[in-house]
Amino acid sequence: MTLVCLFLPFMAALAAPSLTRFLGHRAAWILALAPAFSCLYFLGYLPEIAAGEVVTGGYAWAPSFNLSFSWFIDGLSLTFALLITGIGTLIVLYAGGYMKGHPQQGRFFAFILLFMGAMLGVVVSDSFLMLFVYWELTSITSFLLIGFDHERAAARRAALQALVITGGGGLLLLAGLIFLWNITGMTQLSLVVHQGELVRQSPFYLAALLLILGGCFTKSAQFPFHAWLPNAMEAPTPVSAYLHSATMVKAGVYLLMRLNPVLGDMPAWEILLPFFGGITLIAGTFLGMRQTDLKLMLAYTTMASLGLLVMLTGFDTPHAVEAAVLYLVAHSLFKGALFMVAGIIDHEAGTRDVTRLGGLARAMPITFAAALLAALSMGGLPLFLGFLAKEEIYYALAGGDLRSMLFAGVAMLGNGLMFALAFAVALKPFLGRPVETPKHAHEGPVLLWLGPVVLAVLGLAAGLVSGPVHRFISSPMASAVEGAPTTVTISTIPHLGIPLLLSLITVGLGVLFYLQIGRIRTLMSRLLEAIGPGPDRGFDAAIAGLVRLSVRVTRIIQPGRLEIYVTATFILLALTLLVPPFVYGEWPGAPLLPSGVMIHEWAFFLIALSGLVAVLRASNRLSAIVSLGIQGFAVAVIFLLFGAPDLSFTQFMVETLSVVILALAMTRLRLSPSDHRPIGQMLFDATIAIACGLGFMLLLLKSTEGVFDNRLTEFFNAYSKAIAHGANVVNVIIVDFRGTDTLGEIAVVMITGLAILALIRIRAGSTLRPADNDPDAADASRAGGKS
Amino acid sequence: MNTLIFRTVAPFLTALMILFSVFVLLRGHNEPGGGFIGGLIAASAFAIYGIAYGVAAVRRAIRFHPMSIAGFGLLLSTVSGLVSVLLGVPFMTGLWIYPHLFGVEVPLSSVMTFDIGVYLVVVGAITSIALALEEKESD
Repeated sequence: MTLVCLFLPFMAALAAPSLTRFLGHRAAWILALAPAFSCLYFLGYLPEIAAGEVVTGGYAWAPSFNLSFSWFIDGLSLTFALLITGIGTLIVLYAGGYMKGHPQQGRFFAFILLFMGAMLGVVVSDSFLMLFVYWELTSITSFLLIGFDHERAAARRAALQALVITGGGGLLLLAGLIFLWNITGMTQLSLVVHQGELVRQSPFYLAALLLILGGCFTKSAQFPFHAWLPNAMEAPTPVSAYLHSATMVKAGVYLLMRLNPVLGDMPAWEILLPFFGGITLIAGTFLGMRQTDLKLMLAYTTMASLGLLVMLTGFDTPHAVEAAVLYLVAHSLFKGALFMVAGIIDHEAGTRDVTRLGGLARAMPITFAAALLAALSMGGLPLFLGFLAKEEIYYALAGGDLRSMLFAGVAMLGNGLMFALAFAVALKPFLGRPVETPKHAHEGPVLLWLGPVVLAVLGLAAGLVSGPVHRFISSPMASAVEGAPTTVTISTIPHLGIPLLLSLITVGLGVLFYLQIGRIRTLMSRLLEAIGPGPDRGFDAAIAGLVRLSVRVTRIIQPGRLEIYVTATFILLALTLLVPPFVYGEWPGAPLLPSGVMIHEWAFFLIALSGLVAVLRASNRLSAIVSLGIQGFAVAVIFLLFGAPDLSFTQFMVETLSVVILALAMTRLRLSPSDHRPIGQMLFDATIAIACGLGFMLLLLKSTEGVFDNRLTEFFNAYSKAIAHGANVVNVIIVDFRGTDTLGEIAVVMITGLAILALIRIRAGSTLRPADNDPDAADASRAGGKS
Repeated sequence: MNTLIFRTVAPFLTALMILFSVFVLLRGHNEPGGGFIGGLIAASAFAIYGIAYGVAAVRRAIRFHPMSIAGFGLLLSTVSGLVSVLLGVPFMTGLWIYPHLFGVEVPLSSVMTFDIGVYLVVVGAITSIALALEEKESD
């Protein structure tokens, strides 16, 4: 049943395009049932998990490598699973309204459901390999989603950037997981989390940590890998609301939390995470202040929130872990809601530029209410879940030592700025004088406002009834992250103390920043211009450099002249044959001339030699080819004489056909009939040829020198007739004993044939241009090719 | 090369060679021969016919595109291997049946169909290369 729930989004993704064809945007109601069902099913696990149990299950995948397809659900996984499926349900509905009438809506549904399935897989995976596969699957599906409007260059660039950064990070993660595997000898997260001591004492701890951080920081858009997150706002808003608030970017945080019991409690962990998290928090809010686009403002606060989460996870005290857990849940709810609000405004008013919006409250009361509730939670005001999170953050950071004070300051500045941004998004478009908007604004349909309203109300409700929420969600999740039973107790009734004071200061800062937002925006723009280009430009430069490098390398190793390829190949062959015996001094001894060679055997030997002489003396190419045949036939006869009829038989046919085909190819290529190489070139080529021939001769002499091991011969002779019912041992080996090899070989023959056919078909004079990723250029070259 | 003698002999030679190639293919399990060599013989037969009568004549005579023949051969060989899997023995295990046709016991096997597949791949691939080379650039 759990398996079904894990695959339900994938199944819905398969059905999505055809359902949408029949039902249009109303298909959302049916498709949303899939995540809704999974969500309800996972809700059923709550009591069990709250009691401290874990749910495991799965199937063997490759038992010999200790690999399995297995899941492992504890408080952490379950909370994530609920967020993914719950918010996923709302997002599917929202996408139904938002993308209504879009010709590609079915494709969109399919992508977002695929992503949902992948994300769900990440958070419940037990085995490393499964985690990695799902992890990369989220990168790939998010590539598809970000690049959904693939006709726009900006969307394509953003999609590629996200794929390169997160997919590349996934490779680091894989390496890190392999380190963990080597250290612990285990491939299952559920077992590895109990091996903290072993990992922490390992000399490879730092390597494993850095690699895993590489994976998590890229996925969770930590500075300096953050550039892809704001650029991913090129995606349709449902994607931003889902991937870039609640799911995809949280995957990195998820893994950090998951591995906290294993990798945490070490200086490196407690320095690196708060350091990068703190920088990301501040950078995100500063960059966000500069924006006027609602989605970009939210994107940068998401980046900042991720920084805060990473910082708290790395702070590694029980309070910090509890704070991270609460903030993660709160953030998923309010950020999802605010993104959807931004989408509704864009959809109904025609713009998301905050300076061109105002006075929408009257036209869109429901949206305004949802936005306000979400912003209150984001601002951390009492009664809301966000408030609990913020209180807990300050509990964690109110330690009094220098480190705590530093990070408390960072958190206050960041939170203050996020407070200002939250209300800039939630208030600015709705209050004030009505502004003329591109579209005449009015309330969106139920499909649009349902999602933000539900999420915003949940944010309030969770704050109000904090007891059950803590029991079923926060405490089990915090226990899983901490690796020890933890109880979250914080409630919405404020306690007098330093945390409350810090909260008040934060709110004060937030109000101040909000009122001065215009001035701060100008200031930030100036500051950033002074700093110069950021990692986003760096990404472009790196990609451009990579392309230039590969062009240069390709020019060198593939100049397009056959002589160069052939020369290089044979020089390498000669070196391979001659260098090892030279280095190791393994030259063969002088061959023993066998006595009693019959006169006819000598005769064929001489024919073979005379064929070679004829090749060298041939006046034109055609006679050289035919003369080569003489040598080949003579060798075939020698095979026959020494008892290899099959070999000789095949050699005859191969010789015949190669003479025919060489001759045909020569006429086809319209080579000049005779050879006009300059003498120097001839000597050079002759040297290579002699070196290759000599190398092969020495190799053969050497390999026949040793004692012949005839165990295989005996085996095949004994069993060929007995078990394979064939008297011709050679053929029996080919088609029966080693049949799979032969299958591979005939596949190669077939593919070689296709390749040669394609080469022949290229007409002289038609120029082929290398295909690239730019469809415009490809179109141009197609058009050019046809003319 | 298009002498009268060659043009007269070519059809007979081709027919004979193809017959011989099938003979070589089928006897391969017990005597020198087999799918690979048989395929090479048949491919040279088509090459001869092509040199004598032109590529179009060969293409008409064999009806299918040679690459389709090769593809079919590859499919046949793969299926011969897969039949074993369906019967619960490892991939490519030889399966034998001994039906009596006209009172003679004829051993048939998945190994034989595999070898026929090899034959078809070789015929198809080599013939298509040879024919493509024989074709004039203008056609």
